[in-house]
Amino acid sequence: MTTQQAAAIQVHGLEKSYKELKVLRGVDFTVARGSIFALLGSNGAGKTTAVKILSTLLKADAGTVRVNGFDVATQATDVRESISLTGQFAAVDEILSGRENLVLVARLRHLRNPGKVADDLLAGFSLTDAGARKVSTYSGGMRRRLDIAMSLIGNPPVIFLDEPTTGLDPQARLEVWQAVKELAENGTTVLLTTQYLDEAEHLADRIAILHEGRIIVNGTLTELKQLLPPAKVEYVEKQPTLEDVFLTLVGAKG
Amino acid sequence: MSKHFFGDTTVLLGRSLRHITRSPDTIITTAIMPIAMMLMFVYVFGGAINTGSGSSYVNYMLPGILLITVASGIAYTAYRLFMDMKGGIFERFQSMPTARSSVLWAHVLTSLAANLVSLVVVMLVALLMGFRSGAGVLAWLSVGGILILFTLALTWIAVIPGLSAKTMEGASAFSYPLIFLPFLSSAFVPTDTMPTVVRVFAENQPVTSIVNAIRNLFAEQPVGNDIWIALAWCIGILVVSYVFAMNTYRRKIS
Ligand SMILES: Nc1ncnc2c1ncn2[C@@H]1O[C@H](COP(=O)(O)OP(=O)(O)OP(=O)(O)O)[C@@H](O)[C@H]1O
Ligand SMILES: [Mg+2]
Repeated sequence: MTTQQAAAIQVHGLEKSYKELKVLRGVDFTVARGSIFALLGSNGAGKTTAVKILSTLLKADAGTVRVNGFDVATQATDVRESISLTGQFAAVDEILSGRENLVLVARLRHLRNPGKVADDLLAGFSLTDAGARKVSTYSGGMRRRLDIAMSLIGNPPVIFLDEPTTGLDPQARLEVWQAVKELAENGTTVLLTTQYLDEAEHLADRIAILHEGRIIVNGTLTELKQLLPPAKVEYVEKQPTLEDVFLTLVGAKG
Repeated sequence: MSKHFFGDTTVLLGRSLRHITRSPDTIITTAIMPIAMMLMFVYVFGGAINTGSGSSYVNYMLPGILLITVASGIAYTAYRLFMDMKGGIFERFQSMPTARSSVLWAHVLTSLAANLVSLVVVMLVALLMGFRSGAGVLAWLSVGGILILFTLALTWIAVIPGLSAKTMEGASAFSYPLIFLPFLSSAFVPTDTMPTVVRVFAENQPVTSIVNAIRNLFAEQPVGNDIWIALAWCIGILVVSYVFAMNTYRRKIS
């Protein structure tokens, strides 16, 4: 029971279909407070669908989801107070400047000092110089950084990042990784989805693989690596990468 | 209603008004078509049209032109809403502890503000072209009230495609029939010269009563039943489209 209460995210028997298409067929997992949890899966596995349900944007067909102790179906407002979402595609206002975007979100989160919040985040994400410029002039990486900065406003205890580094250059990716690590160090719970297996390897405390509507494995990196036959570890000089694990488990595409 | 409804709506209204001041071309494009029509009708066709009213043709046709201005203006309302939906910022707002319907109300109020500015621009051009009215304060207020109700009614219609359209063209195409409607009314020529079928339609569609009411208010003539029929149409359309728009909205956010 104590672990149940400590968990920041609890998902049980989650199901979701779009008309005929069964995307989630009974997903279960829990995420401990202050940890980083990576949800892996191929294109169309249902990662975004799961994140949308967890962030109250979509209703589940069956199952229960609790975020920060609140039920997403019946306590949506409390859930929204507890979370922040960075969607798969940057959700920024192109016509406003970067700073105005941050101030807007700070106001909507009813914070005291929106201007200072904005300036601090601009500095933290190397956007100070571009802060006054219209977002439509930003590069893809700058836009993504702004997008993530917007999600950090108000220090919500749980953060969802749907493919946060897709389309970023290696430098920007490292910056995002750094930001995510700092969040977790300060006690924020992070659930991220990713296509990059090395990202999960670097960042995540636990990794779950979503495949054909279910979580087929869920464990630490070490636990996942042990799933491969030890023979491979003995005779192959290289340690199996998470990529090997992933491809073996989901059955490499033929 | 959430305790933050008014505050959040104000913040979001500020945002979309900024969109308009940063691209004033939307106001100009909205006003330019009705102005061009006005020039054409007054200086090209006007001489050949016998309205039998004894006053100048610009006085006769201004009410219809004002309605066309609103009908073309609300295409931008749908467009702005569509862009928010498509860009993902709508989802960001919905995942935040922001009053849920604030996003929609901000767009509706922005639409009202933008259309009122366009109406003033068209009215000023009409003044330059010789429009004159000796109407008193009460009559002007009545005209203003009718135009505000008409704008709100059409705005709530625009919300529906704005929320549900798949393409940008789809989001604004609904306004074409609305722009066309005044041509099948008493806006430009008296209805009694029209063939029976057209006349029956023209005399019983909303634009005719609204045009007649505004025209008589400007001309200091008794408005008779027209103003009540006009108000009934505006409020009727407003209520029906509001209900449909809210239904569409609820389906989108659940
Ligand atoms: N609104 C929708 N209507 C119908 N089908 C949908 C809808 N949204 C998603 N799907 C389908 O559901 C499945 C899962 O989609 P989802 O976006 O959750 O996958 P994903 O794991 O995030 O994929 P990706 O890695 O490409 O982002 C896909 O087959 C997708 O086509
Ligand atoms: Mg996705």
